[in-house]
Amino acid sequence: MAITSIKNLKEFSTNNDRFEGAHTLCPGCAHSMIVRELMNCTDDNLVISANTGCLEVSTAVYPFTSWDTSWIHIGFENAATAVTGSEVMHKVRKKKGTLKDNDAPVKFVAFGGDGSTFDIGFQWLSGAMERGHDFTYICLDNENYANTGGQRSSATPIGATTSTAQAGTHSYGKKEKKKDIVSIMAAHGSPYVAQLSPNKWKMMAKGFQKALETEGPCFINTVSPCCTEWKFDPKDTIAITDLATDSLIFPMYEIIDGHELNILYRPKNILKVEDYLGAQGRYKHLFKPEYKHIIEKIQSDIDADWARLQRREEARV
Amino acid sequence: MAVKYDLNEREVWDGNFAASQALRQAQVDVVVAYPITPSTPIVENYGSYVANGYIDGEFVMVESEHAAMSGCIGASASGGRVSTATSSQGFALMAEVLYQASGMRLPIVLNVVNRALASPLNVRGDHADMYLGRDSGWIQMGAFNAQEAYDLALCAFKIAENHDVRLPVMVHQDGFITSHTAQNVYPLTDEAAYNFVGDIVPVDDMLDFSRPVTYGAQTEEDWHFEHKAKQHKALMDSRPIIDEVYAEFEKLTGRKYNRVESYDMEDAEVVIVGLGTTVETARVAAKELREEKGIKAGVVAIRCFRPFPFDQVRDALEGAKAVAVTDRSSPGGAMGAFYNEVAAALYTTESRPLVTNFIYGLGGRDFSIEEAKRIFIEQKAHADAGHITTDIQQFSGLRGPHLGYFQTKRG
Repeated sequence: MAITSIKNLKEFSTNNDRFEGAHTLCPGCAHSMIVRELMNCTDDNLVISANTGCLEVSTAVYPFTSWDTSWIHIGFENAATAVTGSEVMHKVRKKKGTLKDNDAPVKFVAFGGDGSTFDIGFQWLSGAMERGHDFTYICLDNENYANTGGQRSSATPIGATTSTAQAGTHSYGKKEKKKDIVSIMAAHGSPYVAQLSPNKWKMMAKGFQKALETEGPCFINTVSPCCTEWKFDPKDTIAITDLATDSLIFPMYEIIDGHELNILYRPKNILKVEDYLGAQGRYKHLFKPEYKHIIEKIQSDIDADWARLQRREEARV
Repeated sequence: MAVKYDLNEREVWDGNFAASQALRQAQVDVVVAYPITPSTPIVENYGSYVANGYIDGEFVMVESEHAAMSGCIGASASGGRVSTATSSQGFALMAEVLYQASGMRLPIVLNVVNRALASPLNVRGDHADMYLGRDSGWIQMGAFNAQEAYDLALCAFKIAENHDVRLPVMVHQDGFITSHTAQNVYPLTDEAAYNFVGDIVPVDDMLDFSRPVTYGAQTEEDWHFEHKAKQHKALMDSRPIIDEVYAEFEKLTGRKYNRVESYDMEDAEVVIVGLGTTVETARVAAKELREEKGIKAGVVAIRCFRPFPFDQVRDALEGAKAVAVTDRSSPGGAMGAFYNEVAAALYTTESRPLVTNFIYGLGGRDFSIEEAKRIFIEQKAHADAGHITTDIQQFSGLRGPHLGYFQTKRG
């Protein structure tokens, strides 16, 4: 595979781009940073699919398209199936010699938001992972149905307020913990799964490249802060991801072949989760005295998860 | 190269086997499928042809019918020949993606083995699934026996992949009655069949990176209407191309297909209009009634349900006095949908025959020659009286008290 090596952010911002800058994503949305990074980390041909969601509605509104490569969107749930249908056809046509360029390397990548990945498209994703297609699925995890105005998904963390899990006089917002999608995908026996964040952009590019190089179904969950629904200033997107990775509410790690876990980033100074929660409007209500115990619970969950990740890294099982 | 498959000039195949042989001879590149009774053997057979080298293709078993059609869309947009099969609940689960396939103008061929829709759960044949597809933007063709299931599947690829059509095509056959009944089938040789279908020439190929394509864009009130109108026009414009393909097939095989099939219609006064295997039953009844009672009975069958042959069905029925339109799908609080379409066509004639509606055969309830005769005899009574003498809509073959609705204001 032809790997593009990007030395610095200046180069990253100016290099050849198959994802056009002209799109209608919100200013400050991390989706475009993550997508650009994927598309710039390889020179191979790309077939991209997208589930319905913010990315899709903002990049392919007729008669415009932001995609200077093959791109398909079918529905909310089936990007994994669409791109793996293409992967299978590629295999057949390569064998038969009916491709326009039979030798050019091609990579197959599906994008989905957390709503389509954790919820409505879960079955389609699981099926495609189980079938062992050679593709990479990237979840742009902004922890809510942002495209439809901020409803809870099973990726929404406990304590966040959303339009369908509202904080109010009798509620602290969402009551349930976030679904552990990375472990579920690793349990499929995937050769490579990871959780990555755009503030550590070199690490992210490396993870993407690893997924593209690895034969078989790979899965990457990426944190994609949503200034509109998380309620922060659009200029602070990367600062929010710094707080996410350094408070360990969003740890960066990879799991190879379902068992070999490597922690990719260990913050020098681990921040308290209050610093992360306090930077976003969606957690504002938690700072009332009556919800102190929720913040404590979030912190203790993070501590337990971090301990678990470290033990798994040591155990290699 | 695919391994040679030995065929006899005459084979004994059921409808499912016949359809799967057409898939093999068309050398379908990719089948993405999920099993459901009674269509399962079509894709099972394709899988066995791949497993034994009779096809240089890929068989992908997915986790649902929705995923099956989703995978077909991804594969078809990637420039190769694609087909699958389904029935009933599986068809219903696919419904969302059927619209996506036609909206993206992808030439997928879907073999639909007609089966009732639950609830109550039922695996037998009626046309509820076929009706569910009628606004989906697909071409829908009906086979009445195993030979036709084979012939029309071959025609379907040629129609779908024609660059002036570029629409997905469903080939329907009746669950069990056709799909599981072994009959004589005269196949083409592999070479003749493949030459007839031809190589697929992809349009907007996702695997041609010299010309990137975007599939499945969004359009709102500014463009959506124009796109849907274009799709409707493509369906309407496919009519002469379907006729051409049928004509070419006739040259090759001597078997002639028409978008509307007429039987004993030269002098027919009373007519049954039907879909699927019902047509063959009605033909036998018409023939017998002519001999037994001298009733001038005929049958009109719709081969091509979509695009609906409004003008041809009108022309076929114009001389009739009384017409019974038969719907094998629960009408759900209306006249049968097929009745409405035929009646609308007949409303544009000078003669305006008397048109009644029979709901029959739901969930695989047998439709007998006797039942068809009763319907013809009733039509004769209407014709003699000059007006409809019964309820306009009746349930036929139903146990318990008579069920019927609405009376005529003529006569």
